[in-house]
Amino acid sequence: MLNFLWGAMIVTGVIWGALHGTLGAITENVLSGARDAVNLCITMLGILSFWTGILKIGENAGLLDQLSRALRPVIRFLFPTVPKGHPAEQAISVNFIANMLGLGWAATPAGLKAMESLNTLNDKKGTATNAMCTFLILNMSSLQLIPINMIAYRSQYGSANPAAIVGPGIIATMASTLAAVVFCRIVDGKASHLQSITKP
Amino acid sequence: MNLILYLSDMILPFALLYIVAYGFLAGRPVYDDFVSGAKEGFHTVLNVMPTLIGLMAGIAVLRSSGFLDFLAGLLASVIPGDLVLPELVPVILVKLFSSSAATGLALDIFREYGADSLPGLSVSLMLSCTETIFYTMSVYFMAVKVKKTRYTLPGALIATATGILMSLLLARHMM
Repeated sequence: MLNFLWGAMIVTGVIWGALHGTLGAITENVLSGARDAVNLCITMLGILSFWTGILKIGENAGLLDQLSRALRPVIRFLFPTVPKGHPAEQAISVNFIANMLGLGWAATPAGLKAMESLNTLNDKKGTATNAMCTFLILNMSSLQLIPINMIAYRSQYGSANPAAIVGPGIIATMASTLAAVVFCRIVDGKASHLQSITKP
Repeated sequence: MNLILYLSDMILPFALLYIVAYGFLAGRPVYDDFVSGAKEGFHTVLNVMPTLIGLMAGIAVLRSSGFLDFLAGLLASVIPGDLVLPELVPVILVKLFSSSAATGLALDIFREYGADSLPGLSVSLMLSCTETIFYTMSVYFMAVKVKKTRYTLPGALIATATGILMSLLLARHMM
């Protein structure tokens, strides 16, 4: 995807510039753009390393396990088709908690495990089950509570209060997740109702 | 809104206290753990650095050629009302496919308008509450060889649209 996007960016930009006489500005700005990226990374090195260090403390102390156990009742509500105590439960909750904390590296493996585990409950292989749809929709509704990268970018670009977006960001994230939950419960409910009336 | 902004100031220190105290109580060598985690973060940043250099240089080309202004002008004539700023539309579209390219565009907005301007705040919130849905879907469904994704995409789009709408409204209130 990026191969196409990035290539198109350069090609469009230079051709557009040649037609509109802005090639001089391009020369100047392409160099300063590359330099800005390095400056940004220096800020990121500080902020992101600090944050991943803090999160590591929590991870090693078993915070992830504890929080994902606390999430179990919510998982039971959202995934009524998953039997109680099924391994999918564990994988889903670890994925959700890791996403909330912004632990991308812990979220993806748990998420893939959750999908494989949900697939063992799938009667029609190749077609997504309700549980799979719900899991992915929630996952993609964004669950992250502290957007540390965005805070770092904002501090690099002279924000007076880089973390000011955390509170409103949580509200926006909760709204999108709530929309996802409502959508899934309605569609899920309809789907299982249909199943129950089509069964002989 | 004041309460929400107060929450912004509170949450990071609270998270620090909670996590470090939790580590202490679990009897962990907290500083050693911190350093090992910080090393991972350090490498993560070094790994994304070449990507970011490429993207920021690429977007600088688009910006300085005048193409981005042209695009924003074109979008402004298409989009009714004043809720969605035309500068934000490319970020929204690109974010569905690639997180790093969307970040590059967001940084360009920060540079052009400032991180605390209306477009700057809107884009900060939007990127914090949306995911790269097409990418995520393909990775997860590919892992279990699912072709029929049923209502996943509509659901994800509804959630994303809600997040974007909330971001735009909240950004206005933050000004």
